Amino acid sequence: MKQLQDLQKAIVKSQIWKSIFRVGIPTDNRKRALAMLGNVVLHLHPIKVKKSGLRMSYTWCMGGTAFFLFLVETITGLLLMFYYRPTVEYAYFDMVDLREVAAFGIMRELHRWAAHAMVIAVWLHMFRVFMTGSYKPPREFNWNVGVILLVLTLLLSFTGYLLPWDQLAVWAITVGSNMARATPLLGAEGPGAAFLTLGGEKLIHVGSDARFGLIAGRTIGGGTLIRFYVLHCLGIPFVAACLMAVHFWRVRKDGGISGPV
Amino acid sequence: MDALKSFINTLSYPWFSFTLSLVLFVAVVKLKKLWTHAGGWLMLALITVFFCGSMLDENFRSVVAKPDNVPIVMMVYLTGYFWWLAMYKGIKNDQAIEAGAPTFEKSESEDKVFTWPDLVFSELICMVVLTVGMVVWSIVLKAPLEEPANLSVAPNPSKAPWYFLGLQEMLVYFDPWMAGVVLPGLIIVGLMAIPYIDTNPKGNGYYTFKERKSEIFLFLFGYIVLWVQLIVIGTFLRGPNWNFFGPYEFWDINKIEPLVNIDLSEIIWIKLLGVGLPSHWLPREIFGIILMIGYFVVLPVAMSKMKYFKRFYDEMGGPRFYTGATLFLTMMLLPIKMYARWVFNLKYIVHIQEFFFNI
Ligand code: HEM
Ligand code: HEM
Repeated sequence: MKQLQDLQKAIVKSQIWKSIFRVGIPTDNRKRALAMLGNVVLHLHPIKVKKSGLRMSYTWCMGGTAFFLFLVETITGLLLMFYYRPTVEYAYFDMVDLREVAAFGIMRELHRWAAHAMVIAVWLHMFRVFMTGSYKPPREFNWNVGVILLVLTLLLSFTGYLLPWDQLAVWAITVGSNMARATPLLGAEGPGAAFLTLGGEKLIHVGSDARFGLIAGRTIGGGTLIRFYVLHCLGIPFVAACLMAVHFWRVRKDGGISGPV
Repeated sequence: MDALKSFINTLSYPWFSFTLSLVLFVAVVKLKKLWTHAGGWLMLALITVFFCGSMLDENFRSVVAKPDNVPIVMMVYLTGYFWWLAMYKGIKNDQAIEAGAPTFEKSESEDKVFTWPDLVFSELICMVVLTVGMVVWSIVLKAPLEEPANLSVAPNPSKAPWYFLGLQEMLVYFDPWMAGVVLPGLIIVGLMAIPYIDTNPKGNGYYTFKERKSEIFLFLFGYIVLWVQLIVIGTFLRGPNWNFFGPYEFWDINKIEPLVNIDLSEIIWIKLLGVGLPSHWLPREIFGIILMIGYFVVLPVAMSKMKYFKRFYDEMGGPRFYTGATLFLTMMLLPIKMYARWVFNLKYIVHIQEFFFNI
């Protein structure tokens, strides 16, 4: 025991440790404050929080849970990208390999279930924010950032759903993207599209409408796969991460967690 | 047992179960006794008994136990639990306010505590619990992988991902441009508009029910009845050809539902007036068009004069009131169309196939 404690002391006092964690384990209030200020992750939080907001029964931890699940998605998704090739030839069989040969064979599971759980967590977070009236001034804007994050979360799940390239995937995306056909003005079968003509030529047809843009072709195919892949792994997560930064920043700037005034 | 099952199957048919859910929803929100510990346990017990009992049924089990449907069961439980929690805390606070005491949040919010260790450590514990939960879930339940993609063989039913099944369920009542584009778009717009429409300054930063009854009632109606419930129906009760199946019913591909739906124009021109349909769309659809204009233009103005809505109008002012009323009426179009379908077999209120403009 004694040796262990000495070892711990030696580590904490070493130049390496001190160069990373400036403050050490906080033992007094000054150090508690400094710990929050000196660490890039922890400084997301303020030094002190309202006691009422700390309660799990107040925030339900759902914002944090959504964020945590987003991080899980990022890590597991990155690992999946090592194996997965977004082409019609390989995609499905890479999935089979992932389930049967790859080490740590639960990455796909983790990624899929965390995605479902994130959708649920975001809905519940919105539910909580509504029930505590936390969208009211001064937090109107942050609620709006949240709504966009909600849409992005759904789009992330939707684009990811196609990637296994099995029957479940392609038909779910078929059903979903068929809706785009009916977009007013911009879908080939949408109300008003027939009016958009140029010199008698129809501007909006199956080869140019919103659905065509979404799935990169007249039917789901290799083009759709690569498009969804890029959006799923790069485009949407990037935008979502930026908006999360804004979202967290605004939580602080709007006066920290909400509470009665 | 079989009699009970077929009774529940019949009960769950949309027109009946939706009506039942409306009645239950209103009753549940009003019934203070349910939002107590005893009430919570009772509801939990009822749902769990129903759920576990139903798992004995083969047809029920085969749908619920699909890997992708497991999260939905989870969502139902979590939504129920948090709904209870929010109401429980709200009603407790209401009682405190009535007694002149501070709300639970108020009594603690003056008090500030250090983020380290209180918040940081709860977050750490939360993350550990979540990690363990996710790993266990991933080990127990394999992610689904079906046959390789084949665009010439459509599975029946073909379903969108589960979180969009509420929208797919709306396709029963609306054309894709409404169910798939306009209504989802308006859900987003409506959500974003909430903070700017709601002018009630009370209930900011604490749970309450009494101080914002109408807001909470409306939100719960949209979220629980129209969103979560429709997802549950779309997932568990819609089988081949998107036909309706009771929870214990076998998903029979050959089940045939008669298509007897007719348009408003046909009801009026043919059935009531006894003349044929005019050939030009404008006279043909004129009644539907008038109805829609009345609904979206005249009704909001009339509402602003009605006793019940007038106080909102006075409080919110014109622009807020009309935006809110339009969004509200759009949302109500869904239940209205549902009932019109069930009662009159109504297909379209306005049906201008010439421009794909059908409501
Ligand atoms: C035990 C569950 C949790 C509780 C009770 C909780 C509570 C809180 C509270 C009270 C705040 C607002 C702080 C403020 O006033 O500014 C907050 C913000 C935040 N939480 Fe959590 N949280 C939990 C879980 C998590 C988890 C697991 C994560 C990370 C993976 C997380 C990440 C964040 C972030 C990034 C913010 C925004 C930055 C800030 O405003 O401080 N939370 N949380
Ligand atoms: C990916 C999605 C999202 C993430 C990661 C996220 C994360 C967070 C976190 C960590 C907090 C701190 C307090 C808490 O945990 O409750 C928070 C607060 C907040 N969120 Fe979100 N959020 C997301 C989506 C949303 C959505 C969909 C809405 C609303 C429609 C929303 C509106 C708000 C508001 C208004 C606050 C301030 C609440 C308060 O001060 O009580 N967020 N969010």
